Amino acid sequence: MGNLNETEIDESRRTFLKVTALAGGGIAVGVFLPGAARLAEAAAPKPFAPNAWVRITSNNVVTIVADKSEMGQGVYTAMPMLVAEELDVDWSKIRIEQAVASPVYANPFLGAQATGGSTSVRSSYQRLREAGATARAMLVSAAARQWKVDAASLNTENGDVIGPNGKKATYGSLAAKAAALPVPKDVKLKDPGAFKLLGKPTKRLDTPMKTNGSAQFGLDVRVPGMLTAVIARSTIVNGALAGMDGDKAKAVKGVKHVLPVRTPFAEGVAVLADSFWTAKQGRDALNAKWSGNTALSTAGMQKDMLELLDSGKDAKTARKDGDVTAVQPAKTVEAVYEVPYLAHACMEPMNCIAWVKPNEVEIWAPTQAPGVNQFVAAQMSGMKPEQIKVHTTFLGGGFGRRFAQDFLMEAIQLSKATHAPVKVVYTREDDTKGYHYRPMAICKMTGGLDADGNPVMIKARTVCESLSVGTGAEPALIKDGIDSTSVEGLANMAYAVPNINVDWVKYSPGIRTWFWRSVGNSQNYFFTESFIDEMAHAAGKDPYEFRRALLAKQPRHKGVLELAAQKAGWGTPPPSGRARGIAVAESFGSYIAEVAEVSLENGKPRVHRVVVAADVGTTVNPDTIAAQMESGVVYGLTAALYGKITFKDGQVEQSNFNDYPMLRMNEMPKIEVHIVPSKEAPGGVGEPGTPPIAPAVANALFALTGKRARSLPITI
Amino acid sequence: MTAFTLNGKSVNVNVSPDTPLLWVLRDTLNLTGTKYGCGIAQCGACTVHIDGAATRSCVTPVSAVAGKKVTTIEAIGVTKVGKAVQQAWIAEDVPQCGYCQSGQIMSASALLAKNPDPSDADIDAAMAGNICRCGTYNRIRAAIHRAAKGA
Repeated sequence: MGNLNETEIDESRRTFLKVTALAGGGIAVGVFLPGAARLAEAAAPKPFAPNAWVRITSNNVVTIVADKSEMGQGVYTAMPMLVAEELDVDWSKIRIEQAVASPVYANPFLGAQATGGSTSVRSSYQRLREAGATARAMLVSAAARQWKVDAASLNTENGDVIGPNGKKATYGSLAAKAAALPVPKDVKLKDPGAFKLLGKPTKRLDTPMKTNGSAQFGLDVRVPGMLTAVIARSTIVNGALAGMDGDKAKAVKGVKHVLPVRTPFAEGVAVLADSFWTAKQGRDALNAKWSGNTALSTAGMQKDMLELLDSGKDAKTARKDGDVTAVQPAKTVEAVYEVPYLAHACMEPMNCIAWVKPNEVEIWAPTQAPGVNQFVAAQMSGMKPEQIKVHTTFLGGGFGRRFAQDFLMEAIQLSKATHAPVKVVYTREDDTKGYHYRPMAICKMTGGLDADGNPVMIKARTVCESLSVGTGAEPALIKDGIDSTSVEGLANMAYAVPNINVDWVKYSPGIRTWFWRSVGNSQNYFFTESFIDEMAHAAGKDPYEFRRALLAKQPRHKGVLELAAQKAGWGTPPPSGRARGIAVAESFGSYIAEVAEVSLENGKPRVHRVVVAADVGTTVNPDTIAAQMESGVVYGLTAALYGKITFKDGQVEQSNFNDYPMLRMNEMPKIEVHIVPSKEAPGGVGEPGTPPIAPAVANALFALTGKRARSLPITI
Repeated sequence: MTAFTLNGKSVNVNVSPDTPLLWVLRDTLNLTGTKYGCGIAQCGACTVHIDGAATRSCVTPVSAVAGKKVTTIEAIGVTKVGKAVQQAWIAEDVPQCGYCQSGQIMSASALLAKNPDPSDADIDAAMAGNICRCGTYNRIRAAIHRAAKGA
């Protein structure tokens, strides 16, 4: 093991763990905290605000508070739909307001106010409908008292209470009376058959402002007196400053400060000025030099990981069905797969504004985790979480990266040091080299077939980092020494095989790892779904029929598999020069099958068409679901074709879109999304579209060329 | 001092002449609709029109626009083509995170101004310089075709 030592890493992460562990511990929060919303309400007369999500003024302005971070996945629309459905308001007239961080908005799946793990609809489906229904019930009660009739005789429609003999009162006119009533505990929710909004394709509320430049992202926020910081961070993983020319940086006209910063992720030197360009020129003039372990390299890590794959040192068993050693297969299949580290490459580079004042810290950030930001900022400033005011802007992409705290920590340190509001801005290069990567993983799969080609055993061993370490989510994600992110998509393989063994060998080279869209599923379904394809071919069976037979008792897997195959024309000849590949994956409570139609162009894979079948349970906005499936496919396809963060001489080799390329318009496949009607509980939609695409493409390439792509990005 | 026409109005900025137009727009003139994505003309998020041509403002020194007409996303709706593009974007519900969309709309508007009925190949050629990490490319293509029909 030629790489960094683990104690060193743990040491540097300790502070971070301490502060963020709080957020992972699970905070029990009731749905309604009467008064919480009123705290944020300054306007007089007092509006009707029975809970933290609904506010109605006497002049009939209906405001719905959005408590999730909008990073493209459509929550700015879907969350208000849940409230509005039960509140019975005119959808075209509601006002949306982004929540200022508060514990009342804690995500029950994540333990703090945060958006991630494809949990928004799952965590809000009940409580936001209840929020709307509660407000509605109180408005109806107010009207019943006013008209001296039984509340049960009243109805609501488009923001009015409707009474007998054509009587009508706007919600606004009832707001003051409703505000004086007690908040009911149990409210009746609508029968799904009566839904006007939920389950119907609904236009996004943020589209108009995202077509004229007015949508405000983190980078667009300006605070009076603000300084902009561009930071030279160690170019060597876990490196230390070995020298710099601070005077040269200060000599750049407009540079105000040159200051050290440090997070558990990197040591740095910040250059602060009144504009980005000046700060960047100052940063470049610094010519900072770094020292550290320059022996770290991808080639070295690969060697270490292959050794661990063989030795199985301290392997943890994540699943054991039957006994894989007791069977005598007629035929054995074996394959070793590999995936690289990946950066998120959000279109908006990381950034954050912090302003540490005597009795308050104010933060403006494109953040997935305002609740965690509150805890971290409180710890760093010696204040209480309620003194930390976090304003969440629109996020120019998130994909897990904006769950992190590095940009916040840097902004707070620099604001503390300068007593000014400070905006930390990552350049694209800083962002690519930002030490929050999806882990590299190597997995060996062994399978046995009986004489009839039926699988009798599957053995999987994966070697990768424990992604959760240093994220603050360890208590939730590491159980019995097994990091669930290391084995999700492997240990839960749904195929009916009598003997299965899945184990994980932890590898700790000292690279910072982080949640990347679909997390462990992003690599593990590549292994599982490529290998099941290999077994099908070894058994001489059709890969679709082989899967289908093994999923006979898994109705949701089987349902999407069949739908995708049918819509893609599986079993009919593909267009000339193309072949099809299929994969199916369950993640975040949703079931997705994808069929990719692929050819080779100048020796490189070209994906022409992707058919997606999605069973995401009960739907809120089907158009958003379709968009998220398209998005998940493109994200996974980009990684499958191009994504690779590598290390050499202790440094990240990639820097910008020229050497960390993205899928572009001219390479875009047609994507057809078919949603399975379902009454099951809602599943996630932001991430589940990503895992099946890499294996579907690799499987198609095998069908086309007879060559198996066992490592990503695909080379053939 | 560099003088140019910005969204129909004369402006005069006192910044170092090698400052990229992107940062003059964003930091000096407070027009933040034009986005920073890569700084090396690889992603197209910073696209503006200079005398009608789609241009990456992140690698255009402000001195290069002296005396020229610069149009940004904030004013593209004033033009007939720009308005049609914005309406088509809304009709197709194109944006997800939305960060790249200013640049996408500026590239699409420049394309349609020159070529009122682009083929898919024309769209590929004109739009391949604009990255979208949310993968809205198919909706962008549909919106460009829609705008072409309506423009």
